[in-house]
Amino acid sequence: MNVRLYFWQRLTAALMAPLVLVHVAVIFYATRNGMSAADILGRTRGSVVWASFYGSFVAAVAIHAAIGVRNVLVEWSPINERHAGIFATVFGCCLLVLGLRAVAAVALP
Amino acid sequence: MKTMEVSLWRGRAQGRYQNYEVPLRENQTVLDVVTYVARHLDPTLSYRFSCRVGMCGSCAMTVNGRPRWTCRTHVAKVIRRGRIEIGPLENLPVIKDLATDMQPFFDKWQQAKGAFVPSRTRDDPIEEIAPSGAARMAADAAIECINCGICYAACDTVRWNAGYLGPAALNRAWSLVNDERDAGNPARLAAVAASGGCHACHSHQSCQEHCPLALNPTASIAGLKRRTMQAYLRGELEE
Repeated sequence: MNVRLYFWQRLTAALMAPLVLVHVAVIFYATRNGMSAADILGRTRGSVVWASFYGSFVAAVAIHAAIGVRNVLVEWSPINERHAGIFATVFGCCLLVLGLRAVAAVALP
Repeated sequence: MKTMEVSLWRGRAQGRYQNYEVPLRENQTVLDVVTYVARHLDPTLSYRFSCRVGMCGSCAMTVNGRPRWTCRTHVAKVIRRGRIEIGPLENLPVIKDLATDMQPFFDKWQQAKGAFVPSRTRDDPIEEIAPSGAARMAADAAIECINCGICYAACDTVRWNAGYLGPAALNRAWSLVNDERDAGNPARLAAVAASGGCHACHSHQSCQEHCPLALNPTASIAGLKRRTMQAYLRGELEE
């Protein structure tokens, strides 16, 4: 971990803290009000707000988790820093693609 | 005469604990026990000490699983069921028996730029530093380190990450970062902001828990994290 990775991990953590709270609140709201999948999609599809909300959430998760996985590999496995960095980058890209795909599925009109 | 069972590490990285019977006295330090074995029972025992009064930092060993300064650790405080186990410090290569090679420890002091870099010459007037200044007080909190290596031996991150500079070197760097007479901060901040520097610390606080002088290297490392982050955001960090 160097100062650049530390900065990005802390920044994404700070970003995710409120996003997680809103995400959990939305889950409670949707389930308490008995909303169906169609109701939810009716609100999210074509919504720039929900697309931005979950898009930034996915980006933050991909960066934060990739840096964390890199640290775990460096400290707990025989892999050197360079290879851990490559693995973590691929891992982060996978998270980003999977996450953005899910966001597209619920937010694209 | 009352005695205690003392188990001492013999050998190098590969070795074993060997038991000795040592007189139990009313007032006795762990270093006294080791010295008794070397003088009366086995003169081939290797260990390191110098001042015997907690100033030089050379007699640290692992006592019943905890790193301690043996010259200031009373037997009565650490003995368990009439027995004490004494080994070399963890996280450092063992030279022989209870003596470890401190070279990696001091190499990391150099890597962390732990040497003072003067900003004035001997011809300049002495710079006046107010004892009440914030920087001076921050330096004060970290400055009394005796280089015993106990924090280094206690640190989980050092154990996992051989490249980590460790609490003592970073604590030293923090005291110099706050030294207003020092001119070495650009290189120092770059050194501690790199991989293996202050950001590798997990804040487990074992260094603070075990430091015999009750210093707080974790707080020093947190200070370095803040200072390097500011330098990074301002674009002041050397590549």
